[in-house]
Amino acid sequence: MEHITLLLAIVIVTALVFDFTNGFHDTANAMATTISTGAMKPKAAVAMSAVLNLVGAFLSVEVAKTISSGLVQEDGIQPEVIFAALVGAILWNLLTWLVGLPSSSSHALMGGLIGATIASIGVSGVNGGVVVTKVLIPALAAPLVAGIAAFLAARLTYKLGRNVGEKSSEKGYRAGQIASAGLVSLAHGTNDAQKTMGIITLALVAGGALAPGSNPPVWVIVSAGLAIALGTYLGGWRIIRTMGKGLTDLQPQQGFAAQTSAAAVILASSNLGFSLSTTHSCSGAVMGAGLGRKGGVVRWSTATRMFMAWGLTLPAAGLVAAGAEFVARQGDWGIAVVAVFLIGSCAAIWFVSRRQVVDHNNVNEPEEPAAEEPAGVVTTAMAAVTPPPAGAASEEPAVAAVPAQTGPVPESARQAKATV
Amino acid sequence: MNIDWAALGSVFGVSLVATVGLVTLFTLGITGLSKQEAAAAQGGSAVLARTGAYACFALCAAAVAYGIYLIVV
Repeated sequence: MEHITLLLAIVIVTALVFDFTNGFHDTANAMATTISTGAMKPKAAVAMSAVLNLVGAFLSVEVAKTISSGLVQEDGIQPEVIFAALVGAILWNLLTWLVGLPSSSSHALMGGLIGATIASIGVSGVNGGVVVTKVLIPALAAPLVAGIAAFLAARLTYKLGRNVGEKSSEKGYRAGQIASAGLVSLAHGTNDAQKTMGIITLALVAGGALAPGSNPPVWVIVSAGLAIALGTYLGGWRIIRTMGKGLTDLQPQQGFAAQTSAAAVILASSNLGFSLSTTHSCSGAVMGAGLGRKGGVVRWSTATRMFMAWGLTLPAAGLVAAGAEFVARQGDWGIAVVAVFLIGSCAAIWFVSRRQVVDHNNVNEPEEPAAEEPAGVVTTAMAAVTPPPAGAASEEPAVAAVPAQTGPVPESARQAKATV
Repeated sequence: MNIDWAALGSVFGVSLVATVGLVTLFTLGITGLSKQEAAAAQGGSAVLARTGAYACFALCAAAVAYGIYLIVV
């Protein structure tokens, strides 16, 4: 652990924070349907998911050797570029959590890397073709694949099981849901905790603390596993509510169909060489299963907001990361400014979230009706961000997409203005 | 730019077959157990239904085990 500079230490801590947000952002993927159908109590569900995430982090020895799968040039990548990318990804994760929308943590990280790389060495550092094949196509394909599978499965299980007695059905589907949700959690821990290990290892190599090509040290594996498990346990209740109750209404049969489809898609995609985002697959599966019941409906307004968030993930995280990189490379004070900006924004988002707390007590209650005066908020936001600093500009579209949310923009915009 | 349609197609195919297959098996298992319960309630027993149900659940458990194997390896 020698030669760990202050910058390197900051990058490592930031990577663990990202890992943490990744955990609580993605609890919903595994557990939303299990919680909303009542198969497990909310607290027990997230606890189980956290344990399985932790186990998953230790399970596989094949640590991600690249963090961006060829998206950007990683040779000679500077620690501060990784730092800037993480800042963009963390802020996007927190912002989408605040408005309760599921969005892919991997895409946020990829967006952050793209933005930071462009700001660092220019557009030539980004592999445009890979952006389409690894990000855009999978984002379209995942919900379709998982949705169609879940739709057919839900149809079938209603048809075949129409004569099943109440008691056996309740018991059976509960067990089925728990098993498939466990599988999703395990897969998530393996994939996503590894990603953080990859980032930290890459940063250690870049900073000269590790020889190139070495495996991550044990403390990296342990801390990455713990961070994601802790995040999972705290539970992104807002996102769980959206996925479990907001998108559609699920019965145990549908929850089981959705969860099985999600698990099948995730495992198939990661083993057949066409990786699909866990979040996109799970959301698609939930919607497919929602339509699979006679008279089932998908709330398309919520779904549309979610799709918009997916579309914005890459540019938004990228813009924040680019701004962060631009400031961070000015030297030590730049990095300090970005770090303060990150902490300040996280604190601001957390304070805003306390206005309307969503936790394990009210996770299964329907969403509050939309807040008032969306137009006024956007106008205030516009006023607050002129002239727009790089960091704040990207936060704007999120609000445009979700006019119902008040609060975050003026505060974080002011933050950005004060620090950038 | 080189989109691997074959890989995407196989992901779609495998996911679809696995999901529908597993859910069908599981539902059949539940149906079998339910029959057995109904029979037991009337004092009889439905051995075939129960055996079939257990076979279905065993196959589902095997699929879960295979899933864990895929994650670990």
